[in-house]
Amino acid sequence: MRDFAYVRARDVGHALGALGERANSMLLAGGTNVVDYMRTGALVADALIDISALPLRDIRVDQGSLRIGALARMSDVASHVSVKKFFPVVSEALELSASAQLRNMATIGGNLMQRTRCPYFREAGFACNKRRPGSGCAAREGFNRFHAILGGSEHCVATHASDFAVALIALDAVVHLESLSGSREVPLREFYRLPGETPQVESVLQPDEMIVSVTCARVPGATRSHYLKLRERASYEFALVAVAAIIDAPQGIIASARIAFGGVGTVPWRDGDAEQALTGCAIADADALRNAAKSALRGADPLRDNGFKVDLGRRALVRAVKAAGGGGQ
Amino acid sequence: MTELTGHRPEGSTQTEVTVALQINGKPVELLVKPLTSLLDALRERLQLTGTKKGCDQGACGACTVLIDGRRVLSCLTLLVQCDGRQVTTIEGLVAPHGQLHPVQAAFVQFDGFQCGYCTPGQIMSAVALLEERQTASDAEIREAMSGNLCRCGAYNGIVDAIRSVRDACNGSTPGAL
Repeated sequence: MRDFAYVRARDVGHALGALGERANSMLLAGGTNVVDYMRTGALVADALIDISALPLRDIRVDQGSLRIGALARMSDVASHVSVKKFFPVVSEALELSASAQLRNMATIGGNLMQRTRCPYFREAGFACNKRRPGSGCAAREGFNRFHAILGGSEHCVATHASDFAVALIALDAVVHLESLSGSREVPLREFYRLPGETPQVESVLQPDEMIVSVTCARVPGATRSHYLKLRERASYEFALVAVAAIIDAPQGIIASARIAFGGVGTVPWRDGDAEQALTGCAIADADALRNAAKSALRGADPLRDNGFKVDLGRRALVRAVKAAGGGGQ
Repeated sequence: MTELTGHRPEGSTQTEVTVALQINGKPVELLVKPLTSLLDALRERLQLTGTKKGCDQGACGACTVLIDGRRVLSCLTLLVQCDGRQVTTIEGLVAPHGQLHPVQAAFVQFDGFQCGYCTPGQIMSAVALLEERQTASDAEIREAMSGNLCRCGAYNGIVDAIRSVRDACNGSTPGAL
């Protein structure tokens, strides 16, 4: 790993000041992604501003709404009694992420900002437009079983790795940002950027900003929500396909559905077409759900190795909707 | 508390930082480069080589230690982030007169290892797991231990060992399930 300067932030203002003082500074929270990728050379920073000890760890559930401080650890959010009760999709998405050790370290702000696990991003020997803009994308013609079928461009087809962000996008979460010039709120759906011509730019977060919290308003059906994650081993693995399903079906008929997919998009993928098709379906009517699921993942553009994700995603959707709607798995 | 604001003077390639922490109950102070991992500090500076370096990228769990009682990966923890904290390693589990921790004894009794390289990490993770969930089911034990890989495949023995300590703590016969 290349040497870097280290600054322990005393408060948010100090962190933001230090961030602006030097070009190529990065915030350090749990370190699980930053330390790993600095070691491989995928990330390079001249200074790390350590915010891990700042008091931004509160988790609050109040009248059906949720507020999580950016530095709450994944494990603390996942095991929080009210999160489990009122937002099971959030708790489940976190429990199904990484390992117990990593969940004890990683923060939720860091989780939202984590970089892709595309192996071509990780390894300096390959072309990668995210790591070295303009160098090309080794994944497009390489081994791309794990890559995106939605939201890709000729410059990048890396999936977004976070399960938590998929659950939050389904919940219409809002990200709260601070900089020395003020604060602003960005809906998570508008936070991530498609790769397009500039895959190295992954979000609308500016270099002088930091995430301080995430909030979700009350959403019908949230208490019965479900996160389904399909992967190549039983645990401790990123998603091939994941579904966050929030289903409001008071009389067994879907009044509203909120659906987001993980493992298929270059960003966490909210699926309005699936939501519309599911509305009005009876939870107990498996044929109707399967039929509605055909509307999901519209526009999918698979690569050589990942065409299976379309069918897998639609089947996963049916299972997740049944589970969320109380129809069993 | 040591002032940890690092800076890089003109012409210098790095700044060293003083870190003061407790390791296995003993106060330790080290002057390190900020890039030094807790794992490297334990092994290279303090000769606490019980904690193993497997992948050095957060994938295998061999380097698992406890910080303030919670299990974490020491390979992805910078030592500078441990200032003022309490670290427990496998060396810290043994009682002063040399008696094994119950989880260590159970790993021996139930063949929870073959080559032994992943074992310190497995044991630290298991100790934390039994603190987190005293009544973990077998399925929960497997899920909660998924961050510790064993290339010899001693998983059945590992689960048997953890189950026996769980049952002993809960007052039933070890290994009864």
